[in-house]
Amino acid sequence: MSIGPENPTPDNRDQNWASNRDHLEIGQVPAGASASRVQGRRLTGPQQGFGQMWQKTFKVAIPGKTPQQVIGAWKAEYGRFWPENTRFYAPVTGIKPGEIGLIKSTQGGLPLSTGVLVLYSDDVSFSYMTPEGHPFAGFITFSAHDENGTTMAQAQLLIRSNDPMYEAGMMLFGSRAEDKMWQHTLKSLADYLGSSARVETKIVCVDKKRQWKKFGNVRYNGLLPKARSRQKGGG
Amino acid sequence: MPEAKIAMSVREPAPGIKVIDINGELTAFCEPVLTEAYGDADQPGVRTVVLNFEGLDYMNSGGIGLLVTILIRAQRKNQRLAAFGLTDHYREIFSLTRLDEAITIFDNEAAAVASA
Repeated sequence: MSIGPENPTPDNRDQNWASNRDHLEIGQVPAGASASRVQGRRLTGPQQGFGQMWQKTFKVAIPGKTPQQVIGAWKAEYGRFWPENTRFYAPVTGIKPGEIGLIKSTQGGLPLSTGVLVLYSDDVSFSYMTPEGHPFAGFITFSAHDENGTTMAQAQLLIRSNDPMYEAGMMLFGSRAEDKMWQHTLKSLADYLGSSARVETKIVCVDKKRQWKKFGNVRYNGLLPKARSRQKGGG
Repeated sequence: MPEAKIAMSVREPAPGIKVIDINGELTAFCEPVLTEAYGDADQPGVRTVVLNFEGLDYMNSGGIGLLVTILIRAQRKNQRLAAFGLTDHYREIFSLTRLDEAITIFDNEAAAVASA
């Protein structure tokens, strides 16, 4: 068996993490994708966002598969499990720590280009972190584990809306659309792996407070045509 | 659920300051252990909770998520969250995830306690 980031030992598990960086630098952009709303942007954790903080957990049983098989398939075919109106351009080299995936979507009927950094990846989980301008600030962790002898696939979001515009959209329609999107993703993954189990959803408000000091995040909003860039010299 | 490979204990090096000693691997499966430890630390009059990572063997992204939820609980109680004992690697992870903007990191326990 090869030893690498996907087969971690206690000595090399540090490689499961992306390396530290101040801002995102895009390498090769897949055909059809746009990196202009990701290039040069800083990462935003839940503590950098504006809106209420939510922990959303979606999980589904995948009998007959190991956690490693589930995550292997999820990484390899990540984009195919998304709804048709949303496109994920996986990193050219695959879902590995430090790579960037690009997203083309719509938010409230408006076109949105954004992306995610692969923050962490091992053989039973991987995580994304979002950049400035993304609808939400935070982490999305995909994992698989054994629960009473059955493998469960799980997507867990720990997020705040990135700015007041997104927060208003989330309250009106975005949050429900987001939930449906992840339920669809888990259902598609289960179908692909031969499971007809129902997707379980658990949503918890971790922090009811909005962070008004982050109001200014709106200047990076990916829906605004002239959202501020962080290109070198662009401020 | 996989078993959490972690142990935590709480002590009070000075009045109003609680230290949570973390020994083992911090992952999402540690939520009950960390919640219990924070519950022990969260006593009336406590203004700073310090996380001791000297015994940390490993942390994955689920562990970072847990720290965010503990941070929110501490902020709700007007408590400060601080940390020491992080290796260079995990200092980098705190910087990457921008957790270091909310959790103050110190080189050692004496410095963390002195600043509280």
